Amino acid sequence: MNSRIIIVNIVRWFLLLFVQIFLLKNMGFYDLSTPFIYVLFLLLLPFGIPNILLYSLAFATGLALDAFYDTMGVHATACVVLALVRISFISISLNRDAIDDPEPSLSYMGFQWFSLYTFLCVAAHHLVLFFLETFRLTEVGYTLMRCGLSCIFTLLIIFLVEFIFYRRTPR
Amino acid sequence: MRNLWIFISRYNAFFLFIMFFVVGIYLTVKNNAYQRSVTLNSSNEVVGTAYERLNVFKRYLNLGMVNDSLAAENAKLKSQLLKLTTIDTAKDVKVVDTVNNQQYTYLAAKVVKNSVTLRNNIMTINKGTVDGIKSGMAVIAPQRGVVGFIRDVSAHLATIQSLLHKDTKISVTLKKNHALGSLVWGDGNFDIKKAFVKEVPNHIKMYVGDTVVTSGYGSFPAGVLVGKISKANVATNDNFLSAELNLFTDFSTLQYVYVVKDKRADEQKALESMAKPNE
Repeated sequence: MNSRIIIVNIVRWFLLLFVQIFLLKNMGFYDLSTPFIYVLFLLLLPFGIPNILLYSLAFATGLALDAFYDTMGVHATACVVLALVRISFISISLNRDAIDDPEPSLSYMGFQWFSLYTFLCVAAHHLVLFFLETFRLTEVGYTLMRCGLSCIFTLLIIFLVEFIFYRRTPR
Repeated sequence: MRNLWIFISRYNAFFLFIMFFVVGIYLTVKNNAYQRSVTLNSSNEVVGTAYERLNVFKRYLNLGMVNDSLAAENAKLKSQLLKLTTIDTAKDVKVVDTVNNQQYTYLAAKVVKNSVTLRNNIMTINKGTVDGIKSGMAVIAPQRGVVGFIRDVSAHLATIQSLLHKDTKISVTLKKNHALGSLVWGDGNFDIKKAFVKEVPNHIKMYVGDTVVTSGYGSFPAGVLVGKISKANVATNDNFLSAELNLFTDFSTLQYVYVVKDKRADEQKALESMAKPNE
């Protein structure tokens, strides 16, 4: 069971990064909306993961993305912020001892919880990402617009993926 | 101590976040050219603007003095004008003496001893007092580049304190914006192909690839090519900028050098020694 989770996550990592780097990197609407689907990997990590491992994975994933996007550190920082939001949201909204689901996916957690969870994480990630990339406050309107539109695009694709791999589980 | 440890481990999510976040930001600023330029430039802009403000203020304080000197100059010009209008210009014949008016003459000399590996390098050439060489004369390289100053002279030989010496300082300007600086060697980098331009004012923008030439304020004639800037805006601890440059002179293969004779050197020295220091 345990090794199965590890293998699934490794396969997911490679798959998502492959799609992100070779397909979605070339996509975008008028330079305004670019999806970052790879955050789904961090969202779907199992509940029981220790914080330090989560941060390390987030940082490493971000660095891997940075290497391909030529933006050293930007994605890594954004991913670390996402990890913080993930930890805080889970600890606030769920009772830690009562969690018996393996991972926070749509099939286990239901639409309402999952949509809020995804929205908060993705919004935090994109905010940090775009502001670090622009690195000035004078274009704040343009940056916020890019951030919001990209958020919508990313969320759309994440829900698409989650519905495709939806499994009806006995709750 | 134990309580602190409990506190940290309870809020480990937050502390870990701070740690990773700082590393991420550090990487971002360190490795991305744009972000780096913004963080460095904004601080420079602040300093530069402050200096500019101060200059405006100082100029205002000096207005009285400037006024007096302008009035004196006006009076002088007016008296000259009076003289000119009364002169009979028809009889005035002008002769331009181009031979004696030439300020600088070059004398070729062969290098008989050279060193480049020491902290303070000195070379010897085969011309001396017999050939009219005096201590303090400038020495330049055959094609382009500076070499140093004459140090001691005997009848037929002279030693040169080369640029690769801790006491050598040459006044230079950047070609693009005519900013003054002084050329020095060493200071942590003992590559004989590299030197530093120091004491450039903070508001000057330096460009990589800009040519550095001598300013003409010392015994060097103006416009002798020195090198090309390879690293601009190196921050130093004082209030000045520095730049690293690649020297045109190849000290390791110097065979012949030119000693620059300044016809007006003695006159200039005599004139300048008249002004007492701290006057």
